[in-house]
Amino acid sequence: MLEVKQLVVAYGRVNAVKGISFNVEQGQIVTLLGTNGAGKSTTLRTISGLLTPVSGEMWFEGERLDGVAAHKVVEKGIAQSPEGRRLFRQMSVEDNLRLGAFSRKDAAGVRTDMDRIFDLFPVLGSRRTERAGLFSGGEQQMLAIGRAMMSRPRLLMLDEPSMGLSPIMMQLIMSTIRSLRDEGITILLVEQNAAAALKLSDKAYVLEVGQITLEGTGEQLLGDDRVKRAYLGED
Amino acid sequence: MNVIIPDDVKVRFRVPARIIGLVGCTLMIASIFMSWSYGHTVLDDVGYWGAPSPLQLYYAVLPVLGVLLLAVPLLGRGRLGRWAKLVAWNTSAKTCAIWSLAVTAVMIASIAIGLGGLVNVDPGGWVALAGALIAVASTLFLPDSPDPNLYRLKSPQWVQILAIVGVMAVLLFGAAYLLNFENADQFLTFGASVVGVVMVLRQFGIFSWLSIAAANNNRVLVTSAFVVAFAFPFTQNGSDANMSIASQVLIFAATALGLNIVVGLVGLLDLGYIAFLGAGAFTAAILSGSAFATIDWVPPFWLTVLIAGTVSSLLGLLIGAPTLRVSGDYLAIVTLAFGEIFRITMNNLDGNDGPNLTNGSNGISAIPDLNFFGFDFGKAHVIFGIDIGRFANYYWLMLVVIAIIIVVFMNLNYSRIGRGWVAIREDELAAEAMGVNTFALKLLAFAGGAFLAGVAGAVKAHYDVSVTPDQYVFLESAFLLAAVVLGGMGTVMGVLIGATILKLLPEKLRFFSDYRLLLFGLLMVIMMRFRPEGIIADERRQLEFHDEDDALAVEIQEEMRAKHVHLNPEPKEWDL
Ligand SMILES: Nc1ncnc2c1ncn2[C@@H]1O[C@H](COP(=O)(O)OP(=O)(O)OP(=O)(O)O)[C@@H](O)[C@H]1O
Ligand SMILES: [Mg+2]
Repeated sequence: MLEVKQLVVAYGRVNAVKGISFNVEQGQIVTLLGTNGAGKSTTLRTISGLLTPVSGEMWFEGERLDGVAAHKVVEKGIAQSPEGRRLFRQMSVEDNLRLGAFSRKDAAGVRTDMDRIFDLFPVLGSRRTERAGLFSGGEQQMLAIGRAMMSRPRLLMLDEPSMGLSPIMMQLIMSTIRSLRDEGITILLVEQNAAAALKLSDKAYVLEVGQITLEGTGEQLLGDDRVKRAYLGED
Repeated sequence: MNVIIPDDVKVRFRVPARIIGLVGCTLMIASIFMSWSYGHTVLDDVGYWGAPSPLQLYYAVLPVLGVLLLAVPLLGRGRLGRWAKLVAWNTSAKTCAIWSLAVTAVMIASIAIGLGGLVNVDPGGWVALAGALIAVASTLFLPDSPDPNLYRLKSPQWVQILAIVGVMAVLLFGAAYLLNFENADQFLTFGASVVGVVMVLRQFGIFSWLSIAAANNNRVLVTSAFVVAFAFPFTQNGSDANMSIASQVLIFAATALGLNIVVGLVGLLDLGYIAFLGAGAFTAAILSGSAFATIDWVPPFWLTVLIAGTVSSLLGLLIGAPTLRVSGDYLAIVTLAFGEIFRITMNNLDGNDGPNLTNGSNGISAIPDLNFFGFDFGKAHVIFGIDIGRFANYYWLMLVVIAIIIVVFMNLNYSRIGRGWVAIREDELAAEAMGVNTFALKLLAFAGGAFLAGVAGAVKAHYDVSVTPDQYVFLESAFLLAAVVLGGMGTVMGVLIGATILKLLPEKLRFFSDYRLLLFGLLMVIMMRFRPEGIIADERRQLEFHDEDDALAVEIQEEMRAKHVHLNPEPKEWDL
């Protein structure tokens, strides 16, 4: 579904992503693992069209993706819930969701999708006119995921959705991600919490200083010694 | 004040504090029957014993309000029922005392400055000052009221409509009355006491009730506001002085409303907005058929307006297209430069090297008045027996223009595009990630704002009779921006108020116009410190400015609630 080939991305003259290649298959959960500064968020931002790659290719459903403007990427069916959530804090829950659906013209469809999000996250539904900044971290993360889903993406990219959440909240988010996958949405996940993410993943890549050093199924990586040492805190 | 006087002290002393406050107010009321001034050349007839002058009567309004605010809770303790909690009695009384002191100070200062020294202040002035000081000091001992809940009051719709219409009528006659003061000291005294009464009513909770009423009867509100604005020329008895100011205010306000879209909604800092007004004005002047016009084609005015708007928005596109792709600071710098380049270009399009479009620094003068279907804007017409002069004609035209701009603004604000704009203002990158075409939307706002300025400029050209490059200098851009920021970015009401204040004060107060840069600077600094969201706050904006305080605010609220319950199981006792 998504194919990334030899992607190089730079901030100024410093390469943050140094020629990575990976695939995301339709209907799967694919995880990017990596230490801080490895280039995970940079990769997602580039796929979203927020950054322009130096070289390399990106293909989505058989169409070329690099060079496509950010708002067109959303129209093509790729949505991102960015790192740190970046909600519109002064806007109501409803307005945040409406912004997620900015690229859509079918008002009725937007309304039913909004109701679906409220079914999925009842907290949001019961406080839909309150502004986003007043919600707790976990609730904000739900809203951020909901907002990204409002564009009806076929590929949903989540950048550290469990950041700063309690274990219970994190489990809730993880099970939500799984149920989204079961509904047929393909998911590209960036996570610090390697154990939880790998258990969920069909495929995973380890990114280190801008390069992919390891790849395999979630289970394979869970059993890998290097992963155990570096990301799971085991000896 | 909470810091200085502990809450339990306030609760203990509230009854004596009210009684002493009543004494202060009574002193102020008594003072209007005394002479305030030795000479008779300042204020109005404040220098007579036993005969209050009109200004003294207005002066008494605040203390009378103070008496009511202090006496009702004192006499009605235990009998007020829910009125005890619907109204912020104590805080209103405190506001009332402080504004009484301010007005007293203004009057005494007027006398002292106008006649040369404090010796010219007669006993009346001193009695009033003493009363005001007593009132302020004693009301500081009143416990703070909880926020007024007057908006909880249910009222039949006809009462609400009547209230709105009443407010509008008061506004009309108040404005007409205020404008008729020729003297700066009278203007200031009356103005200050009007502002004081408004502030007291606000504390009292009247406005929260009114704003609910207004929201329930939006149509009535908008219609009556326009009827009132439309009726204003009839209060002027054919006099041109105020109509000239009023129409200038409207032109200024229309331009500020256009700028408000760019700055207030999208958050783009445009420092050269006046150039778009100028572009519209020059376009209209060139196509006006004046003897000095450089093009010999005179289209009908509606077409001129469209051309002027288009020329301005094309300039907007020209400036915006390269700069709006990059981050915010560049736009400010480029627009600042553009404003200057525009003025210099207009100065140089005099035919010396290149085409003659503007006659250089002489500009285009003798622009004929507008003429719609035989209605000559330059001539006075008699309507209902009142002379409606040239300025009133343009005033009405600008009113129509403003109405159109407001309708456009309102529709945009609550539309998909408006939501995109606000998202850009809040977090541009997040907006982009959500699929908002940020560049296109910013360009649209920029060019659209320029279009509105061009339209206003087209009318301004005819109103001003002559258009020269020197009318469109950076300072004017700065004042427009100041009007938007002062009034409240992103709101219609606020910007109208801001524009009125900034245009009206220099016209009415000589000393204000002499020091206008200094005073505006001071005003802006004070606003930024104490009310950065402007006079009228856009909800979303206000939250932006006080964002960090969120947790703090909730915390304080919880704490106060706990304390209230702890101190007084019966909140009623605390209130009064
Ligand atoms: N806007 C920027 N300008 C310059 N350098 C940047 C910028 N954003 C990121 N970088 C650099 O690019 C590299 C990759 O950053 P990126 O944010 O992609 O890392 P990450 O894998 O998402 O890390 P984390 O787990 O901490 O979020 C880092 O070295 C970072 O310092
Ligand atoms: Mg990251």
